[in-house]
Amino acid sequence: MSREVTVAKREPVVRMAKRDTISRGKAWGIRLIAVLLSLVTAAVVIVAITKQNPVEVYLGIVDGAVGTNRRAWVTIRETVVLLCIAIGLTPAFKMKFWNIGAEGQILMGGAATAALMIYAGDALPNWLLLIVIFIASAAAGMVWGLIPAIFKAKYNTNETLFTLMLNYVAMQVVTFCIVFWENPAGSNTVGIIGAAGQKGWFPPVLGITYGLNVILVAVLTVGIYIYMKYSKHGYEISVVGESQNTARYAGINVKRVIIRTMMLSGAICGFAGCLIVSGASHTISTSTAGGRGFTAIIVAWMSKFNPFAMILVSAFLVFMQQGSIQIASQFGLNENASDIITGILLFFLIGCEFFINYRLEFRKNRNA
Amino acid sequence: MKKILSVLLAMGLSVSMLAGCGSDDAAGTAADGGAVGETAGTEAAGEPVAAEDIKVGIIYIGDENEGYSSAHMAGIDEMMETLGLSEDQVIEKTTVPEDESCYDAAVDLAEQGCDIIFGNSFGFETYMIQAAAEYPEIEFCHATGYQASSSGLANMHNYFTAVYESRYVSGVVAGLKLNEMIADGTITEDEAKMGYVGAFPYAEVISGFTSFYLGARSVCPSVTMEVQYTNSWADMAGEAEVASKLIDDGCVLISQHADTTGAPSACEEKGVPCVGYNIDMTSVAPNSALTSASINWGPYYTYAVECVMNGEAIVTDWCQGYVEGADKITPLNETVIAEGTAEKVAEVEGALKEGKLHVFDTSTFTVNGSSLEDLIAQGGDYEKYSAYVSDGYYHESELASAPAFDLIIDGITSVTE
Repeated sequence: MSREVTVAKREPVVRMAKRDTISRGKAWGIRLIAVLLSLVTAAVVIVAITKQNPVEVYLGIVDGAVGTNRRAWVTIRETVVLLCIAIGLTPAFKMKFWNIGAEGQILMGGAATAALMIYAGDALPNWLLLIVIFIASAAAGMVWGLIPAIFKAKYNTNETLFTLMLNYVAMQVVTFCIVFWENPAGSNTVGIIGAAGQKGWFPPVLGITYGLNVILVAVLTVGIYIYMKYSKHGYEISVVGESQNTARYAGINVKRVIIRTMMLSGAICGFAGCLIVSGASHTISTSTAGGRGFTAIIVAWMSKFNPFAMILVSAFLVFMQQGSIQIASQFGLNENASDIITGILLFFLIGCEFFINYRLEFRKNRNA
Repeated sequence: MKKILSVLLAMGLSVSMLAGCGSDDAAGTAADGGAVGETAGTEAAGEPVAAEDIKVGIIYIGDENEGYSSAHMAGIDEMMETLGLSEDQVIEKTTVPEDESCYDAAVDLAEQGCDIIFGNSFGFETYMIQAAAEYPEIEFCHATGYQASSSGLANMHNYFTAVYESRYVSGVVAGLKLNEMIADGTITEDEAKMGYVGAFPYAEVISGFTSFYLGARSVCPSVTMEVQYTNSWADMAGEAEVASKLIDDGCVLISQHADTTGAPSACEEKGVPCVGYNIDMTSVAPNSALTSASINWGPYYTYAVECVMNGEAIVTDWCQGYVEGADKITPLNETVIAEGTAEKVAEVEGALKEGKLHVFDTSTFTVNGSSLEDLIAQGGDYEKYSAYVSDGYYHESELASAPAFDLIIDGITSVTE
């Protein structure tokens, strides 16, 4: 495209050129500028709509996200959930398998967790129950990832639609389960499961309520980083993602890689369901995933599939969410106001990727 | 190029996904920073708290745009005015979902030094109990719940109003309208069939539509009713759809126990009279809304906060009705109601207040052809109702504040399966 522009007789004032490389520092510099610009834009919107002092509003965001010990831990808890899902999506997306079914995989994992908490809560000691829950939730998510993978590998079905549709199937499965679990009958609410003995709940680690959540996701993050970067499987995933023909030529069994990778992706997303149900909410509903399966796609893409960058991005998004709910309450704004701010931030952050991939060249000499 | 394109496509896709889901995942903790740094309320229940020191927290399922929560907000405003509380003494958290977000919100309010914390949605209950166990010195009050007394926590309370009374009165308004339609020849006596848009098939809703039906039948003996559920408390499109379906099924009057204006909008379109819930529906249905059964939460909020101020214990289950002004119907819509409605309503309201009229009078209804007393005498599944029935009526909301009447009486068809 850029070549066509250059052959044109009159050179335009500005033209886009693909960057060959960009230094890491420069890329993060552009992102930083985007964040600052988005904060300024959001401030203008805040002043225009609410007539509030934007500095106070931003302080409110910080206060809401990390203002107290407990708020900080809620932010961390939500961050690791989002991170876990993004980690789960990474292998699939790296393979160019558009898994937008994380919502469903989370719900299935969550449903398996809730089922075990309800039916096996009294039968097993808590440590064993938790291990069973880990395995079962991952298995449930795995099945939900495996189904579209098999169809993709065997019949080349469109995985985007397939995984998306499976989200709704998962929702119906959860709705169906709630019929048996709801308390009282007909109310459509399950309430806290196992409140009395905290059966199937993550126990506090070193006195920290959400310590186990952090440890488990940290292990996963490092594990996936190593898996993607240093293992043969990880290499196969990248090759299949770049070109399936190349992969075939290199003797890689593409079908097997697709199925294996989606099983892994689904399993981690299913495990995220257990992280939510066992580790935080102790209940199940159709909104258990709460859109996080989609938000995690943004986390994964913005991080360029680097698991460590994902920590930053997911922490940033959750920080803004937690903080902006606070300002909604503090300044008496509707919660939609917080969505607007988050939306502005995302717009700039995603938009700035353009400037990382392209550079703008200004016409130097008018008479050239 | 292809790679970039696919990246952009995927991003565009994910952004549009996020747009649809943003409000849900933004659900975490809402809080008020104005109070950070102040000491948490350490007053034990029983010690009076001065009016200028008291801090009140409220967790709402919705916001001012949703009828049910806005009714609660009006109650809080009334309490503030009566007791002279200022705005910064009340911390409100809106659109809190029924999951751990409710617990997060409750403990955050506790940490901000609230002396009393209210929650207005049924699904909040277990999370409030969890928070109440952690903060025994703070009072937690949960609307529409039923577990306060069984929780064994002295600081956990349930509250509701005898909304079946206002539903009964609104039923009378509906029955009179049906009578007028029969007298006009618009419908025959046998065609007097009402439709009811319910949220979920459990006691709170069943008790509500039964009282509405009994109110209508007290003036229009031939009336029948069909109930259908939306399985959501607030689903504008779903409620409109169910209302239309009921109208197609031959219902000539619609009422609702769901929180949006969906059903009245559908009724306005089809020219079918309707009875709303919570708020006056004449704004969306000026030519079809008769009135709405409504709750005034002000008396409870005033009572509970006053208890904390005076160092008195709050009752575990609070339920008051017409006498205390906790229930009412919204102003009658003169353009739609039948002649003589105002007089009849005044008469019924008077009888309710004097205690002469009981909504669940067992002589006025049967279940599968038998009276409730006979069924209890037979034992089996019906034995559990024996504690509620005495002196010829079912004592709704007396053993616990939450409604408990969950029988489908004759004349009502309820589609659950």
